[in-house]
Amino acid sequence: MEQPVLKVSGLETHFFTDDGEIPAVDSVDFHVNKGEVLGIVGESGSGKSVTSLSIMQLISAPGKVVGGEISYKGENLLSKSEKEMRKIRGNEIGMIFQEPMTSLNPVFKIGNQLVEGIRIHKKWNKKDSWAHAIKFLKLVGLPRAEELMNEYPHQLSGGMRQRVMIAMAMACEPDVLIADEPTTALDVTIQAQILELMKKLNDDTDTSIIMITHDLGVVAEMCDRIVVMYSGKIVEQGTTKEIFESPKHPYTIGLIESVPDVRTRKERLYSIPGNVPKPGSIKTGCHFAPRCKFAFDKCTEVTPELIDAGNGQMARCWLHEDKEKATLLERVES
Amino acid sequence: MAEIAPQKQTNVPKQPDEEVISPWREAWKGFRRNKLAMVGMGIVLFFILLAIFAGVIAPEGINEQKLSERLQSPSASHWFGTDDFGRDILSRIIYGARISLWVGFFAVLGSAAIGSLLGMIAGYYGRWVDTIISRIFDIMLAFPSILLAIAVVAVLGPSLRNALIAIAIINIPNFGRLVRSRVLSVKQEEYVMAARAVGMRDTRIIFSHVLPNSLAPIIVQGTLAIATAILEAAALSFLGLGAQAPQPEWGKMLADSRQYIIQAPWTVFFPGLAIMLTVLGFNLLGDGLRDALDPKMKK
Repeated sequence: MEQPVLKVSGLETHFFTDDGEIPAVDSVDFHVNKGEVLGIVGESGSGKSVTSLSIMQLISAPGKVVGGEISYKGENLLSKSEKEMRKIRGNEIGMIFQEPMTSLNPVFKIGNQLVEGIRIHKKWNKKDSWAHAIKFLKLVGLPRAEELMNEYPHQLSGGMRQRVMIAMAMACEPDVLIADEPTTALDVTIQAQILELMKKLNDDTDTSIIMITHDLGVVAEMCDRIVVMYSGKIVEQGTTKEIFESPKHPYTIGLIESVPDVRTRKERLYSIPGNVPKPGSIKTGCHFAPRCKFAFDKCTEVTPELIDAGNGQMARCWLHEDKEKATLLERVES
Repeated sequence: MAEIAPQKQTNVPKQPDEEVISPWREAWKGFRRNKLAMVGMGIVLFFILLAIFAGVIAPEGINEQKLSERLQSPSASHWFGTDDFGRDILSRIIYGARISLWVGFFAVLGSAAIGSLLGMIAGYYGRWVDTIISRIFDIMLAFPSILLAIAVVAVLGPSLRNALIAIAIINIPNFGRLVRSRVLSVKQEEYVMAARAVGMRDTRIIFSHVLPNSLAPIIVQGTLAIATAILEAAALSFLGLGAQAPQPEWGKMLADSRQYIIQAPWTVFFPGLAIMLTVLGFNLLGDGLRDALDPKMKK
């Protein structure tokens, strides 16, 4: 099998706060193959963003990566110095952020910000970098790219700014693009355009994309494989098709059920009762157990591992230890 | 790589002469509408011109003594009267603008540069660096500023240059704290994270992203600080710790003439008026700049 571009194993990122050590990311393993789109899904506070920032080594105090390995093309990023990491950021692994309105510096022209990154990594002169930046603005579908270079961020709409951010992240032709909720702050029509653009870039350039989102619609449309995170841990992973067809973890089932469906008219939209627990507040047992309708004694006593749930899927749920219990889930689905 | 179909093109033709509106240009537009600020700028410009062309404008030299014309009241030949050495007060005030503006400007430039640098370091790196720098600022702010200035001059020895250094030093914490708080908020902005994510180094982020975004409050604080610096310089000179005779420093002129306040009130009135007007000018200008640069502060 082909070696994955990025492989995260046993990643532990903890925050050292006044309330003690909080494991925001707790032994997370996943990998991204070349040209693949991987979705990381979860509610707010489930550790998705912290995972992505850990990959980029952009976690700042009080957070710290305390364990695990992040292997990019066979090299462990965690053992790299800050100087070596700077060569990787932007150049090898690009990143797009959630808020296009604030991701561009308001006092600089678009062009200057785009060129900055290109000049750092490609070491080109100003003229070549400028031309390269224009090429990418065109590539992300922005009209009158030459003029845009001389405009300020406040003159652009949110969708245009997000395109600029994508151009900025793609300009150095990274092999992996991490998109942290890239469409959350945009309205629905623009969302679709941005997703289409990213999908197209993925097809054309073979760039792997890690798509971080809480929006299952985005995941269904974009991703080849999905990792579902809950309270700092991966609770389920599998291909998009499998997960949507037969989710194996009660949390994933709940997530899918809470997506509104226009075809069936329900009295009330389903929601998973309760909130994501504060990471670290649950010491033993499954973190989802307090909100889970299938929970039994073992769930609150012993912390489950990722168990093969058949069908190539992995789920962190005791139900899959026992064939008979696993059928409980299927009954609910139908 | 195939190019992606452009976003739906808005078919409005772009005016050829449409200018790019920079944030600074926008601020200037707001500033121009503010009458008081324009008055302040007028006063400041007036004193700057006085200072530059003092040699041309002033009717007499700063130290031309005519003992036959001592303590004369304002008249056609001496508009502002003469002092106890028979020197023309108007001429001395005109030359005095040079000293006051020079002290005000360079003292503030010094404190703004050092204070901003320390503030940026404290704000950006945080932790123990921040603790040390912030505590030093706190200690400096614990003293009444004029006392601290007197102490500094006492160590360095009284002279105009040392007064300038003292004023620069006592104003450092004001700038430091301002920039530090600004950096703390700018640091949280996503574009700083985005800059780090494209592989930019810290020093470059500080100078190319954090500093330009902190410039507006520094300029406002700087303008207001020139006013206080001029006052402080006058105060130090009044106490005999700044300008030395025969330098025509306004505060020094006040101090030297205070025994004639009853017989010849013009000897103290005009230097006092000059101090008041410049300070007023810089304050109005500073307030106007603040309103223009930071619309949120507007009442």
